[in-house]
Amino acid sequence: MKPALWQTAGFYALVAIIVLQAIFPFYYAILTSLEDGQALFEVNYLPKALNFANYQAMLSGGVFGKQILNSVFVASVVVILSLFLAITAAFALSRIHFRGRGLLLLTVLSVSMFPQIAVLSGLFEVIRYFGLFNSLWSLVFSYMIFTLPFTVWVLTTFMRNLPVEIEEAAIMDGASSFTIIRRVFLPLMWPAMVTTGLLAFIHAWNEFLFALTFLSTDSQRTVPVAIALISGRSEFEIPWGNIMAASVIVTLPLVALVLVFQRKIVSGLTAGAVKG
Amino acid sequence: MAKTEQRSRLSRSRTRSAWLFLAPMLVMLLIVAAWPLGRTIWFSFTDASLDLMSEARWVGFRNYLEYVDFGDGEGQYYGLLADPRWWRSVWNTILFAAVSVSFETVFGLIIALVLNQQFRGRAFVRAAVLIPWAIPTIVSAKMWAWMLHDQFGIINDMFMALGMISEPIAWTASPETAMVAVMMVDIWKTTPFMALLILAGLQMVPGDIYEAAKLDGVPAWRVFRRLTLPLIMPAVLVAVVFRALDALRVFDIVYVLTPNTDATRTMSVYARENLFDFDQFAYGSAASTLLFVVIALITITFIMATRMDLEGKRS
Repeated sequence: MKPALWQTAGFYALVAIIVLQAIFPFYYAILTSLEDGQALFEVNYLPKALNFANYQAMLSGGVFGKQILNSVFVASVVVILSLFLAITAAFALSRIHFRGRGLLLLTVLSVSMFPQIAVLSGLFEVIRYFGLFNSLWSLVFSYMIFTLPFTVWVLTTFMRNLPVEIEEAAIMDGASSFTIIRRVFLPLMWPAMVTTGLLAFIHAWNEFLFALTFLSTDSQRTVPVAIALISGRSEFEIPWGNIMAASVIVTLPLVALVLVFQRKIVSGLTAGAVKG
Repeated sequence: MAKTEQRSRLSRSRTRSAWLFLAPMLVMLLIVAAWPLGRTIWFSFTDASLDLMSEARWVGFRNYLEYVDFGDGEGQYYGLLADPRWWRSVWNTILFAAVSVSFETVFGLIIALVLNQQFRGRAFVRAAVLIPWAIPTIVSAKMWAWMLHDQFGIINDMFMALGMISEPIAWTASPETAMVAVMMVDIWKTTPFMALLILAGLQMVPGDIYEAAKLDGVPAWRVFRRLTLPLIMPAVLVAVVFRALDALRVFDIVYVLTPNTDATRTMSVYARENLFDFDQFAYGSAASTLLFVVIALITITFIMATRMDLEGKRS
C-alpha cells in the first residue's frame, strides 16, 4: 500500500519546517553579520550585502583574537586533563572488582547533577585560595565538575564491554596495570575517547557562569562572556553587526565539528543520558 | 594451594592499584565539587561577605528566616523565605521548566518520529536538527535577542506580514512577553537534545511489530498510541527528567536575553545577583543551597523510582 500523495506532501512539508526552524536563526546571524551601517536596520530575508566590515572590526582590535585563544586553550586542556583522569579511573571502575564500586560510580554520577550555582560560592573561595582568580586555570580546574563525571561514566561503560581475554595475556606476562592501560586499552578506546573528548570540548567552549565569575579582565575572558558583554554607549547603540560577526566566528567551528562527527556525538549524548 | 595464594595476592595488588588509579579523579572531584558544596552550605549559615569570607561567623538560620521583634508586640519576618522576590524567582523557574520541557517533549517527539522514517535526505535533516544544539547558549540568546528586537527584529516583521500582530512587540523588554521570549529560545535550543534521546528509544523498537500491525490494518495513529508510545515511554521519561533538572538551574539565557527583570529572574540568577552584585554573599549562598536541595530531592526520587521500576520488570 503506497501512501497517498497528500500524505507524502504533508510529510515533506513537515520536514521542511523542521529544517527551516533549525537553521534559520544561524542563517540570519550570518546575513546580519555581513551587513553594515544603515543596511543593518532593514529587515532582509535574503542576503543583499557582502560586507566584511563587522568581521574586520572584531578581529582587528586584538582583544577578541586573544579571547578566542583563551577559549581554545581552556577547552583543549579541559579535554586532555579530563580524559587522562577519567581513563585511569574508568579502568579501575570497569576491570577491577573491589567493594563499594557501584556506590562510587553512583556518587561520581550524582556530581553531574549538581547545579553549578550550588558550588559557586565555595568554588570562588577555593579559587581565591589557590590564587587562580582571573587566571584561565581557574576555568580548567572548575570545568572538571561537569566533564569528569560524564567522561568517567562513558569510558567505564565502554571499557566494561571489552572482553576479559584482551588483558589476560598481559596479566600473565606480569605487566603492570599502567602498562595494560597504555598498551592494551588505549588503542581500543579511540572511538569512546573521541566522543567524550568532543562533548567535553563543546561544553567547555560554551560555559558561561564560571567564566563570568572567575575572570575579571577583558583580555582573560573566554568568548561566550566576551560576546555577552559587547555593548554600545547606550541601549540604542548596541553594535548588532559586531555581535553577530563574533557569534558566527565562535559558532562555525562548532557547527563544523558537529556535522563531521555527527554520529559520534549522537552516540555520546545518548550514552551519557541513559545513565539513570 | 600455591596457585590460589598467588591469585589472591594478585587480586589484592589489583585492588590496591584500583584505588591508586581512582585517587586523582576522586581528589579532583573532592576539590571542585564536594568541598565547595559543603562550603556553600556553611556560608549560608554565616554572615560571610565577599571580602571577609574567612571571618564568617555562624548565625544560624538568619539568612533563611528570622523573626525580628520590634519590642512593642509587633515584628516582622526577614530572610530568604520571607522575600517575595525569592518566591517570584522560584515561581519563574518552575514555570519556565514546566512549559519549556513540555514543548520540548512534544516537538522532540515529532522530530524523532520524522527522523525514524526512511526518506531521502534524512542524514541532511538530522545534521540540520543538531545545529541549534551546537550553538553556544550565549550566542543563541544574542541571535534571538536580535531577531526579537522591537524595531528591527525579523520576528515582528514576519508576524506583521502574516497579520498575526498589528504592531511591533517589545518581546524581551516588556514584562508580559519576556518569559515567552526566554522559553522560545530555550525550546529552540534544546529540542534537538530531546529529539535525539527519543530517537534512540525509537530505534530500539523492533521493526516487525509495525509489520504485524500493518498486516492487520491497524490505523497509524492507533499503532502510535498503543504500540510505539508505551514502548518508548521509558526513554521519553529519562529525557524529560534530564531536561527538567537542567531547566531548573537555568542561568545563561535569562542573564543575557532579559537582564534585571522580575518577570524572568530565576533561582540561579537570583542567587548569583546576591552573591556577586549585591554583596550579600551569605544570603546568596542560602539561595544556592535551597536550589541544590530542590534538585537533589528530585534526583533522589527519580533514581529510587527508576530502580524500583527496573526491579519490578525483572521479577
